[in-house]
Amino acid sequence: MGRYLLQRLGQCLLLLALVSMIGFAILHLAPGGPLSQFALSSQMSQEDLDRITRQLGLDRPLLAQYLDWLWRMLRGDWGVSFRDGAPVSSVIGSHLRATFELMAVSTVIAIGLGCWIGILGAIRRYSLFDTLATIGAMVALSIPTFWFGLIAIYLFSVQLGWLPAGNRQTIGDGSPLDLLHHLVAPALVLALVETAIWARFMRSAMLEVIGQDYIRTARAKGLPERQVLRGHATRNALLPMITLAGLQFPTLLGGALVTETVFTWPGMGRLFLDSIEYRDYPVVMGILMFSAVMVLLGSLLADMLYAVADPRIRMG
Amino acid sequence: MASRNSDFASPTRRGLIALGAGAALGLGRATSGFAQVRPPASPRGQVVAGISQEPTVFNPLMPGSEVDQGVWWQLFSPLWYIDPQGKLVADLAREVPSLENGGLSADGLVWKVKLRSDAKWHDGTPFTAEDVKYTLDLINNPGFRVRNRVGHGLVRDIRVVAPDEIHWRMESAYSPYLSILALTFIVPRHILEKASDPNTAPFNSAPVGTGAFRWGERVAGDHILLQANPAYHGQGPHLERVVFKYIPDLTMLYTQFRTGQVDYLGLSGISAHFVREAQGLRGRKVSLSPTAFVEHIALNLEYGPFTEKAVREALYLAMNKQARIDALYYGLPVPTESFLPQQSWAYADNLPAHRYDPAKANALLDAAGWARGSDGIRAKSGVRLEFTNSTTVGNPGREQSQQLLAQDWQAVGAAMRISNMPAAVIWGEFWQKSKFQSVMVGSNFMQGSDPDVTPRFSSTAIPAKGGSGLNTCQYQNAEVDTLLAQGATQFDQAARKATYGRIQQIIRDDLALLPIYQTVMAEGLKDGLQGFAANINCSSNCWNMRSWYWAS
Repeated sequence: MGRYLLQRLGQCLLLLALVSMIGFAILHLAPGGPLSQFALSSQMSQEDLDRITRQLGLDRPLLAQYLDWLWRMLRGDWGVSFRDGAPVSSVIGSHLRATFELMAVSTVIAIGLGCWIGILGAIRRYSLFDTLATIGAMVALSIPTFWFGLIAIYLFSVQLGWLPAGNRQTIGDGSPLDLLHHLVAPALVLALVETAIWARFMRSAMLEVIGQDYIRTARAKGLPERQVLRGHATRNALLPMITLAGLQFPTLLGGALVTETVFTWPGMGRLFLDSIEYRDYPVVMGILMFSAVMVLLGSLLADMLYAVADPRIRMG
Repeated sequence: MASRNSDFASPTRRGLIALGAGAALGLGRATSGFAQVRPPASPRGQVVAGISQEPTVFNPLMPGSEVDQGVWWQLFSPLWYIDPQGKLVADLAREVPSLENGGLSADGLVWKVKLRSDAKWHDGTPFTAEDVKYTLDLINNPGFRVRNRVGHGLVRDIRVVAPDEIHWRMESAYSPYLSILALTFIVPRHILEKASDPNTAPFNSAPVGTGAFRWGERVAGDHILLQANPAYHGQGPHLERVVFKYIPDLTMLYTQFRTGQVDYLGLSGISAHFVREAQGLRGRKVSLSPTAFVEHIALNLEYGPFTEKAVREALYLAMNKQARIDALYYGLPVPTESFLPQQSWAYADNLPAHRYDPAKANALLDAAGWARGSDGIRAKSGVRLEFTNSTTVGNPGREQSQQLLAQDWQAVGAAMRISNMPAAVIWGEFWQKSKFQSVMVGSNFMQGSDPDVTPRFSSTAIPAKGGSGLNTCQYQNAEVDTLLAQGATQFDQAARKATYGRIQQIIRDDLALLPIYQTVMAEGLKDGLQGFAANINCSSNCWNMRSWYWAS
């Protein structure tokens, strides 16, 4: 186990190095730059733009810029945002909480609802519920998240006036109830696709499990059906879901990016889009590396948990 | 400074409607029935201003955008500012230096500025001439990432003669400096001088100014909250709090204005296709405010066909301006022939009016030897009359406008291909180093309220040829060069008006750019919000939030 962990950590470091090199190259080789936003201002001359370019070190060779960035990153210095003037770590930190709030609530909804639908769909295979759940999941997976977001805003905010049309809180309020009120629509929209995925995976896993010999044996021993499903089938069907939880992190992050944009949620997704638009290289690289670390950690953690949960799994 | 024209020079029905509506909501309010509503005795309530870009730069000397300036106006004060009529009004200075009051020497080289002695920084420290000196020195500090040094670079021998008086000498006379100083906010010496590097000083994220509002909090990606400054040296503020709420999507921004979460929708304005609906919303008002931005086709004058004036003339004649304004912008923008806004005191109202005349355009091209080929596209000496036109992707109005333009020009045998790019790409080297063929763009050519356009039209300002300005169209005209140098050293406004009038005539005649319209911004206000006054000279109509208040 220890050796496997070390191997996986080594792979993760290699992947991170690759992500940083490719990300840095793509970002800096893409046309345009952080100062283009000022190029239309008559108050700035080409001389000013050139001077600021030199002050930011953007006129140096790409390799020198990369090595400098890498050296600072390794010492824990993420650099300073071109747009914000603040340290990248604090810029990311200030947006992280909002994203994690959204992702956490969505994940809880998605896992709870998705597993329930999946289990029930498997038990009542080909029933009306199962058919409707399958159709619902296909619809949720086929339609883009932003569309659901816009419909939710139109319906619940503009027409019915039940929910706020975006934002994380009412400025000057910020009570838990107010936060929750603002969280309902974006969390449900973000959870929609996730729920569909969880439901589909859970249904498949459950179907596979309830066809196993040990389930038949349990039933043959005369155990009540409820106990067979809860104690034997569901517990075993949940095992592959641990891996899914780890692998779903990037999807969830991608979904959050869209949802945050639609609901004007001040999270990482919007920060990432804004930073790309302004070519704020240090922030984009910071988010890229942070996301890569989280994805790799999620995957690693899922593998470890799987091994812990199922002793039959051998690592190495 | 004398007042500028307050009416559009060539009034059109729509132009007058736009101006009238803007005036009714802006300045007109003060003298209309709303005049009975008085500001509260002490600051009360808050205003949520919805904006589509996030303010992120709070040191007012560093490179920032218009949304940043909207925040600077609340936190900081300049020596003087420019009011909506174009008049310079003293703020931290006691009076605006002029030849008449002795603040300016006859040759324009010596400046003497008398300052207020009752102004205080938000931390209670008195404002003095040392702060002004520090600000000017900081701007010229080679290590400081200042926005620009235009005008400031000419300042020499700054002397603090008293805590409330400062003198300096200019290396050469430069009249636009009055206007530049009107947009230069003074920063506190006692705080910034303690920082080891002013580029990364804590001040930059927790600014301290002399403005009507104090720094409150910033929730990154969401909003900025400013609190009333009870010790403000001027009138106001009448609001307890001002909130700048960042909503990047224009549709969402409008939705939140519609649902009441946003009290003022400005800076980016209401999208043209929502304006009519917004005007019918209960409890909301729309202000149509002309801006200093002139939408135009920027031609790279070094690119093959565009070197010939007949081609530029033909393209201009073949452009159906009014159809675009009506069909795509619901008649809101005002057609123009100049690069200056029609409210500028220097605006020339005698420029020839554009005519949509494809027949004449065809005749001009025929006469100039541009013959149609088998595919209908003209060519001359092996050069085809074809070019690309670029603009920012994701701007539906401009993208549709390009389609119409391509049709217009196709009809006279010119092939225009659309090649759009993201903002960070198009306004990078592609624009700055004149790598484009033609671009559809809106620009504010002025320096504050000053008509000095040296960085845009001087032959020494072409970056692609090593120049230091933003003459990306590569325009060169010896007479314009002479007039630009002359205008920048004149202090008599009548004489300057004549100089810049002539410059506008030459540039219109040369068709150095193809002007289309002056942008009119539709801003939304919740009913009862008083004191809003559009100001074309200040980049942001939030310039006077200190005067805003709620009617009840």
